[in-house]
Amino acid sequence: MRKFYSALKYVCIVALIISLVALVAVIAYVLINGMDKLSIDLLFGDYKDSPSILPAFIGTLQLVGIAAIIAVPIGVASAIFLVEYTGNKGKFVKIVQVATETLAGIPSIVYGLFGYLIFVVAFGWGYSMLAGGITLAIMILPTIVRSTQESLLSVQGGLREGAYALGTSKVRTIFKIVLPSAAGGIVTAIILAIGRVVSESAVLILTIGMVVNKVPESLMSPGTSLALDIYYFASHGYPDEAAATAVVLLVFVMLLNLLAGWIGNLIRKSTYGD
Amino acid sequence: MRNLYGFINAREKVMRGVFLFSAIFSILALATITIFLLVSGVPFIAKTGFAKFLFGSDWAPLADTPSYGIFPMIVASLYVTALSVIIGIGIGLLTAIALYKFCPKKLVAPIRQMINLLAGIPSVIFGLFGMTIIVPFIRDYISPTGVGYGILSASLVLGIMILPTIVSVSLDSLNSVSNTYYEGALALGATKEQATFKIMLPAAKSGILAGVVLAIGRAIGETMAVIMVIGGSPEMPESLFQSVRTMTANIAMGALELNGDALSALIATGVVLFVFTLILNVSFSLLKKDNSDKVADKIAGKITGKERRGAKK
Repeated sequence: MRKFYSALKYVCIVALIISLVALVAVIAYVLINGMDKLSIDLLFGDYKDSPSILPAFIGTLQLVGIAAIIAVPIGVASAIFLVEYTGNKGKFVKIVQVATETLAGIPSIVYGLFGYLIFVVAFGWGYSMLAGGITLAIMILPTIVRSTQESLLSVQGGLREGAYALGTSKVRTIFKIVLPSAAGGIVTAIILAIGRVVSESAVLILTIGMVVNKVPESLMSPGTSLALDIYYFASHGYPDEAAATAVVLLVFVMLLNLLAGWIGNLIRKSTYGD
Repeated sequence: MRNLYGFINAREKVMRGVFLFSAIFSILALATITIFLLVSGVPFIAKTGFAKFLFGSDWAPLADTPSYGIFPMIVASLYVTALSVIIGIGIGLLTAIALYKFCPKKLVAPIRQMINLLAGIPSVIFGLFGMTIIVPFIRDYISPTGVGYGILSASLVLGIMILPTIVSVSLDSLNSVSNTYYEGALALGATKEQATFKIMLPAAKSGILAGVVLAIGRAIGETMAVIMVIGGSPEMPESLFQSVRTMTANIAMGALELNGDALSALIATGVVLFVFTLILNVSFSLLKKDNSDKVADKIAGKITGKERRGAKK
């Protein structure tokens, strides 16, 4: 039996190597295959003669903007209520917890259907950036609520009590004492949520219409995003453009991830000192 | 002075209201999603006939006499999910164990960071990778039918995609088991490997199971990575190398072209998918409640029991 388990150890190490190789292969493939296909025309062209991802770039920024403007205040405020006003326990907290967990588990394509039904059809907006942005906002809400809750809970109780002892009101304590102390975690969570908006595509097929060749005129016009462009290029016979766009998207997402860690650390340091 | 206090009091009340409303927002959103989906999907299912919709094997929304049976897609979804989770767990769990005890300590943190970074790769990029590398490879070297698209390709892509989730959840639950069990096992004469596989792994079981459910949820709900490698013919899956269609692919592929009844059929497909994920969610929270301490205590009981029996001899 001993020998069996010793052998199993080597199986584990082989599995570790397989995982690393598989995951690194994906990144390496995207970078190596796409790098030389990047061109100025593709990046900044106006999509008349050759495909360009400029509309997708603008579209992605619009989606991030809309989703963040809606989801960040609501998510943070919601976490503040759960932690600061109910002490993070009780029936109400439980219900909200179940609701956010359920929201987090809904597949993105179902969010897409919902966005289509309510914004595109019921509200009569048609395929539009706004419809996509709001749907994405609802999708990232659970992540923001959950991580903000955790950051708020990690703020020491003594800080709050100190503020109350000095006669500070509750709202002022929250905004001047608690939120700044928790800022590192909250900002990290927001950047990671933005990463999800940038990566998402299934929701957008059903809500923003995949119009790849025009910069959206307003938030009510249909449009596209970087992730959606990759799908469009790959399935409509532009393999080179798909590979190049994948590089842009991958670099974008990786930078966001690194930024999240870096800013989080920076804020933590400036709040607590070294 | 009274004015100032009045202002502060009013501000306190208003802000409390704002926070409360935000907290309710999640509940409202969930309720709206559920109601909208059910109202637009269930009447169609009722009209077509519950059994005919779920267990009908013909999907021909554009035919003269359209028929809407999604059974092939349910089967395809389950096939792809099961296979990808087997691949993902097979490799992911073993990877987590290797990182837990059998890997140089210095390497663990950087490898973990890298795996976390990989969890953030957009699914459409996995889809592209599958479409341009895995599908041609399977077509040329493995597939007996000469078709690269299908269940095997989709499962491989999804298996790689859910790896990071499984590794980090499994490693977290292994790390949360108290190290005294490990040391106790060593003291009783177990080898390091025996202690890891027979004591620590069972003690982390409930956490790992929760991770598995999470991974199943991700796999069954994934759309973009699947749609690019699955082929898309709404046929009953009979082999690993055959173009089929999952529920998610059905919604995404049809959405831009269909309208009227066919569109309602897609929404109804969404309802079925939604119910599947709700069931997964419930089992996830049930598994989480069964905290790992209990399991660990049981194992601790087993160890002390053995010890006592040994003492009697």
